[in-house]
Amino acid sequence: MNETRLVQVRQNVLKQNDVAARALRARFHEDGVFVVSMVSSPGAGKTAFLERVLGSLREHYRVAALVGDLATDNDAVRLARSQTPVKQIVTGTVCHLEAAMVASALEGWQPENLDFLFIENVGNLVCPSTFDLGEDLRVVLFSVTEGEDKPLKYPTIFNTADAALITKTDLSAAVEFDRAAAYRSIQAVRPGMEIFEASAKTGDGMERWLEWLMSRREAAREAAVPSSIETGKGKT
Amino acid sequence: MHELSIALSIVDMAAEEAERQGGRVVAVHLKLGPLSGVVKAALLSAYELAREGSPLPDSELIIEEVPVVVYCDACAAERGLPSMQELRCPVCGAPTPQVVRGRELEVVALEIET
Repeated sequence: MNETRLVQVRQNVLKQNDVAARALRARFHEDGVFVVSMVSSPGAGKTAFLERVLGSLREHYRVAALVGDLATDNDAVRLARSQTPVKQIVTGTVCHLEAAMVASALEGWQPENLDFLFIENVGNLVCPSTFDLGEDLRVVLFSVTEGEDKPLKYPTIFNTADAALITKTDLSAAVEFDRAAAYRSIQAVRPGMEIFEASAKTGDGMERWLEWLMSRREAAREAAVPSSIETGKGKT
Repeated sequence: MHELSIALSIVDMAAEEAERQGGRVVAVHLKLGPLSGVVKAALLSAYELAREGSPLPDSELIIEEVPVVVYCDACAAERGLPSMQELRCPVCGAPTPQVVRGRELEVVALEIET
């Protein structure tokens, strides 16, 4: 007679991605590049916003971007107008980026020559939440035209993000955007989350966002110093 | 719809373990948290596709959904949450940003027939 036995396993299904993400994070820290990933629904304005960010930061920093899409390299072409290195990751049918895709997109690049690397995920508020990309910060964007309750509809992505950015604020009045309600939704699913507002069109709100980004990069660099001395791998 | 790639990983993982153990996988037990970003129903149907042509074609995926557990600073206690829409202590009402559990996507056990 056949016998069935129960074998305890305890294995994280995402182990492969997590291992790849950890390797990326270690490499980014070693290289001193601050990595920011951006997630949103399609059409929330990630690319327009990123165009502005790259354009502003490139005056003082070495910046680059990876951009994920199911098809086309339109976004990379747009972002390249900011005269920064940009690479498109075409995911085919895959609805999100995974750490391995980021790693292979970086082949032939020298992240150690960068201060900031931006990763624009595929437009999707569901799938990207599951996959760590080795980034320092994950920012979730949503536009004033999407409705104030977006965070309540997609709590997982908001919960796994480090900051929220409300985009297209120049349209606020036209769509009667209820700012207080949007803040309440964000704080409900992620208490204490840092919230920014910006218009890529007018440039409103960009200053506060950029200042925060630069301060987070500084904080990460300062935090990294003691450990690099301990391990003897510090760069002078 | 990233459940299919996740289902494929589960099948791979189980097949590998079954080969080590020697035997046929009858069932895979999975722990799933609401903050994993994976939907139970979608994962179950993806699993039916993923197991086809694999070393465990007639295995069953058994999913245990686990709640989100947060740490409430004010109460100094862990609390299970009824909903992800409101990260707030169900007892005292304080906001609870610290998630203790709820991101699980973990194969916990295999039923192996020998």
